[in-house]
Amino acid sequence: MPLYHNEDQAMLADTAAQFMAEEGSIKKQLRHWRDTGCKDGFGHDLWKQFAEMGFTGILVGEDDGGMGMGNVEAGIVLEQIGRNLTPSPFLTSSVLAATALNHASADLKGRYLPGLLSGESVFAIGIDEGGKHRPERISTKAEKSGNGFKLSGQKDFVIHGASADMIIVAARTSGNDDDNDGITLFAVPKDAAGLDQDAVKLVDSSVATHMKMNGVELDGDAVIGEVDGGRDILNKVLNAGRIGAAAEGCGVAGGAMDMTIDYLKQRKQFGKLIGEFQALQHRAAHLYSEVEIARAVTIKAGQLLDADSEKADLMVSVAKAKVAKAAGLAVKEGVQMHGGIGMTDEYDIGLFMKRDRALQEFLGDAYYHADRVAQMSGY
Amino acid sequence: MADLDNFRTETRAWLEANCPAEMREPARDESDIYWGGRKATFKNDAQKAWFEACVAKGYTVPAWPKEYGGAGLSAAEAKILRQEMAAINARPPLSSFGIWMLGPALLKFGTEGQKQRFLNEIARGEIRWCQGYSEPGSGSDLVSMQTFGEDKGDHWEVSGQKIWTSYANHADWIFCLVRTDKADKYQGITFMLFDMESQGVTTKPILLISGSSPFCETFFDGVEVPKSYGDDCPGFVGEINRGWDVAKYLLGHEREMISGMGGGEGTAAIGSALNRRAGKDGDSIDPCLRAELAMFDVDALSFTAMGEKFMDEMKAGKGHPAQPNMMKYVGTELNKRRHELMMSAGGSRSLEWESDETSGGKPSRNWLRTKANSIEGGTSEVMLNVVSKRILDLPGA
Repeated sequence: MPLYHNEDQAMLADTAAQFMAEEGSIKKQLRHWRDTGCKDGFGHDLWKQFAEMGFTGILVGEDDGGMGMGNVEAGIVLEQIGRNLTPSPFLTSSVLAATALNHASADLKGRYLPGLLSGESVFAIGIDEGGKHRPERISTKAEKSGNGFKLSGQKDFVIHGASADMIIVAARTSGNDDDNDGITLFAVPKDAAGLDQDAVKLVDSSVATHMKMNGVELDGDAVIGEVDGGRDILNKVLNAGRIGAAAEGCGVAGGAMDMTIDYLKQRKQFGKLIGEFQALQHRAAHLYSEVEIARAVTIKAGQLLDADSEKADLMVSVAKAKVAKAAGLAVKEGVQMHGGIGMTDEYDIGLFMKRDRALQEFLGDAYYHADRVAQMSGY
Repeated sequence: MADLDNFRTETRAWLEANCPAEMREPARDESDIYWGGRKATFKNDAQKAWFEACVAKGYTVPAWPKEYGGAGLSAAEAKILRQEMAAINARPPLSSFGIWMLGPALLKFGTEGQKQRFLNEIARGEIRWCQGYSEPGSGSDLVSMQTFGEDKGDHWEVSGQKIWTSYANHADWIFCLVRTDKADKYQGITFMLFDMESQGVTTKPILLISGSSPFCETFFDGVEVPKSYGDDCPGFVGEINRGWDVAKYLLGHEREMISGMGGGEGTAAIGSALNRRAGKDGDSIDPCLRAELAMFDVDALSFTAMGEKFMDEMKAGKGHPAQPNMMKYVGTELNKRRHELMMSAGGSRSLEWESDETSGGKPSRNWLRTKANSIEGGTSEVMLNVVSKRILDLPGA
């Protein structure tokens, strides 16, 4: 498969680009919701528009009413989300939760997928237990209780947790905290008794929660997949989320870079356009190279994931790490090359820096994934 | 598809029958590489047999048309041949600047007569070519070159000096940029072809920091270069005074070639190999070095995907024409970084300059050699200039 978009994908990219630039723009969405103190940090009307475009069900199978597309296509939408810093629950609902629900029972699918497809529902996923992404270690316990389970523990930095109608939680049904096996995924409804969420606004104006579970009682049918057999599904969910975050990061990087290159062609100092200075030209050209490479490896990893290749695990981590580095460079160079105005809230470049920082951390930063690359490569 | 599957089966069988076992391991040193030419000798019978089998089959230049000594393979077939050769570690039967550089230039700009003569000579390994581009005063600013050919009617009289001429002391012929109009910087250069045994040509090898001398200074003192070598076979490529077009095309070609060094489909993480190696020697990799190796592997594996995308886009005519400059910049910088890490992982063992264990100081000599990657064929800084100007469209670049 060639590493560029085929005709259908190019069409999807055009559609998504136009839609996001018009409806999902920084002014209409990010700044609007931020400046009006929205508790969700995104607009539900836009989410319904996502649904009308078919985006919300992009990874949902056609039999279940979705578009039945792959991670490459989800990445195409996410790249445009990234370019426009469009706040939405797409990544948590339509990528992470949808990937999990694709492995769920017909009953669970019937309960949750229609709301996703219509844009009525928002989903979140609770994985991390602390400030860093360490899904290898899961302490949250789920004990058998009647014909169901009782969940106890805490999940941290659950993005859109407070807005979600359902949160997918990875909990331990057997074994020790660091065991690979013994994990079960649960679909936890927002109003479950014993569930308590503290919302916290993050640097990028998104809202996350600390999710405390004090004996949250769930029916047995809240289990996604098999009891004790959740690790495989979790890994699939994480891979989809990671390559999705990488694709969004490519958009953030591309948006920040384009804005910066434009600025180099407008701003004059010492009687010259600053883009004439070689000191800046070489940095801009280096940045271009890094962003191009990040895009290439993101498409590659997405294709491998969609083809269920055995190299997908490795290349998803390579892509997540590479994008974190390239996008990090793009926003840092962006602020520096904008100079003083890059530090002002009025200019958008700082918003790119904030979003990038949050995306870098989401589902594992460059250090986490580089370490995984080393481990998977046997050192 | 079925045709390609057949081709793969046939190719595998042909390689099995024709590639001697000794030719199925990587070249250990310079003497294992066969460059061809009037002065060439084979190191052993296996090298000779492999070379001759490939010449007969057109596999020294598989993608060239049959009438010029190639096998006329399609891009897909050539890829299969490369894959099958790689699968058995088969060495290239013939290495030469004729194959890599002059050939592509002649295929694009040459006359039929030039193609018939020179391409066939290259394919059969009869003539070893070298490239005369850089001059002492013209490195990055190549177009300022001064070597001058005075028009004498049916020939030019060429005087001047070239530098960094790879293997000029072993070469039979040279393709050489010569100024033929001093008034026009860009449209005053002719791409000439001439015999290194001509009166007035001398070469002097340059000793490099790696201890080897792959490059020469090449001096021309009133060298007579014919304007024609016979019917439809001019002594220059393209048009007189328009050699810069050919040179630019070839530089682009060279950048693509060099940019491929950092990647390839089979690229694996280097960290694992270095860690294994260190363990075998009873050493261990420091945690901070491991972290750098991991970061390098992230960059290198990402660049492999970029290489694949680059090739796919080139084939589909989608890529930006200046993209090879970006590839050359990143590929060479990565290769330098790779060797720095290999030196660190090897510790004092990699400092050995003359030892059997290191096949004569291979790690340190290769490490030093890579420093030229980002200088030769256009420096990293020139590549960044080109990206700024042609891709990013930055002002005044």
